[in-house]
Amino acid sequence: MSNSQLTPGIVPARLPAATYADNFADHEPPFDVHEARVAADRCYFCHDAPCMTACPTSIDIPLFIRQIATGTPDAAAKTILSQNILGGMCARVCPTETLCEEACVRETAEGKPVEIGRLQRYATDVLMAKGVHPFTRAAATGKRVAVVGAGPSGLACAHRLAMKGHDVTVLERRPKPGGLNEYGIATYKATDDFAQREVEWLLKIGGITVKNGVTLGKDVVLADLMADYDAVFLGIGLAGVNALRAAGEDLPGVQNAVDFIADLRQAEDRAAVPVGRDVVVIGGGMTAVDAAVQSKLLGAENVTIVYRRGRDKMSASGYEQEHATQTGVRIIYGAAPVRVTGTGKAEAVEFAYTEDTPEGLKLKSETFTLKADQVFKAIGQTLAGVPDGITIAAGKLPRNPAPKLWCGGDCALGGEDLTVTAVAEGRDAAEEIHVALMGTAG
Amino acid sequence: MANLASNFIGIKSPNPFWLASAPPTDKEVNVRRAFEAGWGGVVWKTLGSEGPPVVNVNGPRYGAIWGADRRLLGLNNIELITDRPLEVNLREIKSVKRDYPDRALIISLMVPCDEDSWKDILSRIEDTGADGVELNFGCPHGMAERGMGSAVGQVPEYIEMVTRWVKKHSRMPCIVKLTPNITDVRKPAEAAKRGGADAVSLINTINSITSVDLDDFAPEPTIDGKGTHGGYCGPAVKPIALNMVAEIARNPVTAGLPISGIGGVTTWRDAAEFMALGAGNVQVCTAAMTYGFKVVQEMISGLSDYMDRKGFTSTADLVGRAVPNVTDWQFLNLNYVTKAHIDQDACIKCGRCYIACEDTSHQAIEMGPGRTFTVKDEECVACNLCVNVCPVENCITMVEMPKGKVDPRTGVPVGDYANWTMHPNNPSSQAAE
Repeated sequence: MSNSQLTPGIVPARLPAATYADNFADHEPPFDVHEARVAADRCYFCHDAPCMTACPTSIDIPLFIRQIATGTPDAAAKTILSQNILGGMCARVCPTETLCEEACVRETAEGKPVEIGRLQRYATDVLMAKGVHPFTRAAATGKRVAVVGAGPSGLACAHRLAMKGHDVTVLERRPKPGGLNEYGIATYKATDDFAQREVEWLLKIGGITVKNGVTLGKDVVLADLMADYDAVFLGIGLAGVNALRAAGEDLPGVQNAVDFIADLRQAEDRAAVPVGRDVVVIGGGMTAVDAAVQSKLLGAENVTIVYRRGRDKMSASGYEQEHATQTGVRIIYGAAPVRVTGTGKAEAVEFAYTEDTPEGLKLKSETFTLKADQVFKAIGQTLAGVPDGITIAAGKLPRNPAPKLWCGGDCALGGEDLTVTAVAEGRDAAEEIHVALMGTAG
Repeated sequence: MANLASNFIGIKSPNPFWLASAPPTDKEVNVRRAFEAGWGGVVWKTLGSEGPPVVNVNGPRYGAIWGADRRLLGLNNIELITDRPLEVNLREIKSVKRDYPDRALIISLMVPCDEDSWKDILSRIEDTGADGVELNFGCPHGMAERGMGSAVGQVPEYIEMVTRWVKKHSRMPCIVKLTPNITDVRKPAEAAKRGGADAVSLINTINSITSVDLDDFAPEPTIDGKGTHGGYCGPAVKPIALNMVAEIARNPVTAGLPISGIGGVTTWRDAAEFMALGAGNVQVCTAAMTYGFKVVQEMISGLSDYMDRKGFTSTADLVGRAVPNVTDWQFLNLNYVTKAHIDQDACIKCGRCYIACEDTSHQAIEMGPGRTFTVKDEECVACNLCVNVCPVENCITMVEMPKGKVDPRTGVPVGDYANWTMHPNNPSSQAAE
């Protein structure tokens, strides 16, 4: 093949074959022992630590860092994992710059926080590399729980339930477990098949059966699950994608960013993943950034993120935005798509500048057009496939909509749509299920 | 730039920074490098009697403790005195002194406790042109088992006796190096003075085990599964050394006896502190062993800048300046009242002051909404723990309460100077009434 960055259309292999391995290598290399000790030394072991408060799973960060500093990374990992069983993945994908590290007092003191995320990765990597699973199951309770969705919330829920002695069946619609960890994370953030390795490690607790390729509402219905199991947890994520509601949306070349990200993650050979020469990503979240950055890494010549509001409103963090621009992605703030144009396929997108007014966002008359042979929609996901009988509130499922039924993760109310929040909700639901089943928190 | 020239018991050096008798001063090559780097003087590593030299272990001879990022805070050694032939050392000393006439070169000595041994070695030293001798009564390991080093330094009568022999058989200035491994450092200092010493130097190293190997269950440094106590030095020992220097400086019996300060001097500031407490100069070892000889350049520029700021024209203006302010606890002003004050702008909200005070002190810091930390004056005893644990320098300070103002903790107005000897709770003071 002789494609290059200048080849028109959506084509694979724009770059020399050797480039892909570098482009999709570990985004942030792991600490070695010395680096970890040096980084750990910076922690002040704060009282009632702000980082811990900022963590949705309330990991005892000062304690685990002190355990690293004193040469006991296994103990550090256990401190992390006892609060967040997916601490390994969260160490890679958490927007720490808006959570623990933003709250770190050394961010206040010196503008340079303790590198909590990387330290967490160090500790969890050390433990997982040994193949050790540090938790054991309580005596069998004879209770059976169904978990729908093997994403972060479902896995966290299943693990906690199994630890309490319950038997858990996890039903996953996709061919592999992991949810967004497997299908929704930028490739360079979780290299070496980490999502699957983490799931395998998690399942070592025992008592969890994962059934892939089982879709709720198609292969199984909620009523049957409610009848067959002592409790049910729904962690079904947000399977729908918001539409642009702009003319030309149906033209070939216009695609959901989440699908592109998933395809790239699953591709055996990155070079085989086709990408446009001129890529336009519409949206302002981490999905938009992940799609844009990876388009660039695949060899797109021009990649532009267009977000309808200002920089400060963008839900991708400043760190993420900076990462995008450093990769060569251009970000245009304050513009919304009017129409996708092209003959038989997308060729350009026309945008109008926007104005944030008290009555809401308004389009100005001034427009501009960007060349685009590939357009990614990244303007948010929505709840889809809601079982009958559950009343939706604010577009989300209630956390405990019926007796014996719990919901968590992105599909459920409460918290931001983050991996770490999903883990917290799955874990907490398991604790509530346990109390409901056993009548005691013990 | 201030004039750092030093005259210590008649020994002149361009600055008051000497390298202590230790591994860095064992050979001509090292000492020449030290002088080239700017050191004002060198105390040559301890020489023993003529004959077969001592031998050292061939496993590790140093152990250490570290602070954050492996900053070396304390070093321990089990090295003995020089293990090179006496003749070689004497030849090298003569050669170095000839080439560096402006630098101080003092020879550390340790020979058996008989008069002839000392008489013999002294005559050999005089031939080298060295500026003086330092009697090593301090080394706590190895040689002490053979009746030398700290075995002598721990018996004031021996110190006096040997010092007297040295003064009898040599006209060279004589410094007596003291061991800290003793209950009251004033006693050996007094003995040295009685024996005629021109000065004392202190502290030598402290008996220590730096760590224990928790797999082999052996103290570090470990030699074939066994360890022995070594001599501890470096930044960690500075507070112990400062106190011992001050004790000698303010003891009426030894007041005025020149002191060469040793013990953890790492920066110009450490040196200035020793000098303020009465040391005429300082000796350095661990800082050089950690960073190389170049560290002296920071000491020279730092001390010079400080003296300029203070308007001191010679080191004599600094030496002993803090001694009158070292006193006994009983004379401290019990009516001096301070309260901790937290600078909210400087505070980074780590909460260490709060938890230290709450868990281990006087519950005098309040944690308010938004992690604001404020001092409860009605509880604060001004212990200073919050200042000590705060990671931000000068964020927490102790603010003096003006005279006449009511201390909210005691309900008593701040009064005039009054110490324990005058306090009504002191049985002795009541008996005196």
